[in-house]
Order: sequence, then structure tokens, then C-alpha cells
Amino acid sequence: MFSNRYIFIYATVLVVFSALILTLAAVGLKPFQDKNIRVEKMQQLLGAVGVESDAKNAEELFNKYFTEQHAVNSKGEIIGSVVNGKQVKGDINPFALDIKKEMALVKANNPSASLPIYIFEKDGKKSYVVPVNGNGLWGGIWGNIAFAEDLNTIVGVNFDHKSETPGLGAEIATTSFQDQFKGKTIFDGDDFKSVEVIKRADKNNPHQVDAISGGTITSNGVSKMLQNCLKYYIPYFNSLKN
Amino acid sequence: MADINFKLIKNPLSKENPITVQVLGICSALAVTAKLEPAVVMSLSVIAVVVLSNLIVSLLRKTIPSRIRIIVQLVIVSLLVILVDQVLKAFVYEVSKQLSVFVGLIITNCIVMGRLEAFAMSNKPFDSVLDGIGNGLGYSVILITVGFIRELFGSGTLWGYPIIPQSFYEMGYQNNSLMIMPPMALIIVGIIIWIQRSRNKDLCEN
Repeated sequence: MFSNRYIFIYATVLVVFSALILTLAAVGLKPFQDKNIRVEKMQQLLGAVGVESDAKNAEELFNKYFTEQHAVNSKGEIIGSVVNGKQVKGDINPFALDIKKEMALVKANNPSASLPIYIFEKDGKKSYVVPVNGNGLWGGIWGNIAFAEDLNTIVGVNFDHKSETPGLGAEIATTSFQDQFKGKTIFDGDDFKSVEVIKRADKNNPHQVDAISGGTITSNGVSKMLQNCLKYYIPYFNSLKN
Repeated sequence: MADINFKLIKNPLSKENPITVQVLGICSALAVTAKLEPAVVMSLSVIAVVVLSNLIVSLLRKTIPSRIRIIVQLVIVSLLVILVDQVLKAFVYEVSKQLSVFVGLIITNCIVMGRLEAFAMSNKPFDSVLDGIGNGLGYSVILITVGFIRELFGSGTLWGYPIIPQSFYEMGYQNNSLMIMPPMALIIVGIIIWIQRSRNKDLCEN
């Protein structure tokens, strides 16, 4: 039998020791983890415009193609710009913006909200890539939507998720799902229509894509995410069109 | 010490299998087996955790007060699982994203706690490590088998590569979506248990 005193000291020492090890591990591994997250963000942006990249060359390709990055407010005015890796306007670095936080601010009509826009340029053609953010079944989903120069036609998308069911909702991260969005448009004339993810979608309808069977809630989440997020970029798109 | 007790490794693979005989760890068996790759990484993570926690608990077994032993075991298991999770996040980020919450749930995997309580608390470190390897492998064999069947028939791929030729689909073959659903994992585990018991009568209850 052990005394109460022994038990108390034993538990304390064990817990403090464990906490120490975990702290060391968290601090020591943080730079690696942060780098993974940065590289992943670059890969996702490249994925939206159809540029294949891996963890090694993502940073190089990103800096080569995404020459202009802007932060815009909800009125569509540019409040921060980074061009060729240099801050040329304002002091907001668009790449460092947390889209989840900014989307929450813009939905609450907070004037300090700023949304990132990434301009991709290859062979003289520009694409405008905007990040979006929403909810799936189990957790967050997010993505990047790349528009052609007409700011209407989708040239590519890229979705990812935190914890959707493998084989069901998680299929939104596959190319077979994402390829459906290519060539779809978000405007009908001047009206914002977004793109809807529904069952038995009409292939010829420019505002519909097929949902994932068994992943209805995640599919609806994608629809909602597009509907709710893209509209905040419209003022900026309009300012470019005029 | 010098003799390696092979029974400790061999038995959990067949007649003491943690999943099909002891029926432990069913929850994760159904959650991560829709595809083969997460099933394999999950298996490796569980092997690492069960081996190391068996070793640590076995080394400490004479000092652990029995009144708080479950909490002590839990602290050790949690510590190892969080370390595994952090290491996966730092070095194999892609895979760690796929496993998402399930790595954290190794903490509650009954196999780990079950082995600590049933074996490591009363056996020497070396035997405990072997027991950990055996049970980890026993878990992996079932997980990988289920993952293999579910990915092949549910998605028509293995490790993400298409296996079922396109011409089959053109002839009207379809992937079985039921395979991807969690209940199918239970049904497959049930079938494995059935096959195993029909071949090994000792396992049948009267």
C-alpha cells in the first residue's frame, strides 16, 4: 500500500513531467508545422489554377505565378497590396490574412474586414483566385475559386476540409468533384447566381454541379459557402469591370 | 529475458486477436478503414503507442499506486498520442490531415488501455514490448484487411490508384457505396470473425 502523500507526489511529478515534454515537443516542432501550413496554402492556391505542385516546389512556383496579391475591403477598395513579394500599398499582407476570421468580420459588417485576392499570371493570361470558407458536416471546409479575366467563368477550384467523412463528404477534395466546376459561371447577366451543388444536376446548366452521393450535408455546405462568400468579392469585381 | 517469447507476438495475430476475439478497438476500425492509406498509418501509430506505453508502464509498474493506476496509464497514453500527432503534423502533414481526429482518439482505444491493464502492469518490460508489438500487429492485420476490401469495392481503387478497369464501369459495374458507409466495416469484421471461428473451434462459446 502506498500512502496518500506518495500518491499525491507521484501524480504531481508525473503530470508536470508530461507537461514539460509536451511543451518542448510543441515548441520544437512548431516551425516545421507552420511551414507545412504555409506550403499547403500555396499548394491549394496553385491547385485552384491547375498548377501541379508538391511540398518541395510549391513556394517557388507560388512566387513565380502569383505576382500580385491584394487585400480588399467590403466596398471593393484595395487596402493592401503585395507585388512581386514587396508590400506596395497599405500594411496588410494578403497572404497572412486568416480567411475564416475575415469572413466572420465581413459578415458582421465590420469595416476592418479585408479579403485576400490572388492574381495568377501565366502566358499573359490572368486568373483571379479568391478564398472561401464554410462548414461541412463535421467541421470547417474551405477552398479557392479561380476566375478567368471576365470575372464570371470559373477556371478551376480547390476544396479542402477539416474532418469530413472519408469516401463521402471528403470527396469534395478530389479532382473528379472539383473538375465539374470548370467553365461554370457565377453571374446570369448582372445577377449573382453562384454555383449550386445539387443531386442530379443538369450538366448544361452553368450554375449547377453534381453533389456527392452520401455526402449531402457536405455538398450543401459547399453550395452555401460559395453563395455566402463569393458575394463579398462582387464589389471588387465590379470595380475591375468598370 | 534472453528468450524471446514468440507466443506474445503470435497469439494476438490469431486466437487472441484484439479486434476479432477480444472485440476491442472496434470504433476506430470502422472510422478509418474507408481507404487503405489512413488504415495503414493508423495501424503504425497504434503500434507505436501501444509498444511505448506498454514499455513505460511496465518499467514504472512497481511504483504506480494501484488506486490511481488508470489515471497514470491514461496520462502516459495521452502523452504518447499527442507526441505522435505532433510528429505526424510536422513531418507527414498530408497523412496527418487524413487521419484528423482519429489520431487523438487512439487515447481512448481500448486496445492500448486493455493491454496496459491486463499485461504491462504485471509483466517485465521486454515481454510487455513484445505483447505491444503482437497486439499492435493483430489490430493492424484486421484494419488493413477491412481497409483493403472497403476501398477496392467502395471506390474501385487501392492506395488511391484505380484498380477496377474503366471497361468494367462501361459494362455497367458500379462501386458499392454501402462499402464506404461505417456499418459495412462492422459487417466485414463480423464476416472475418465468422471465418476465424469456423476454422478455430476453440474460440466458439457454448
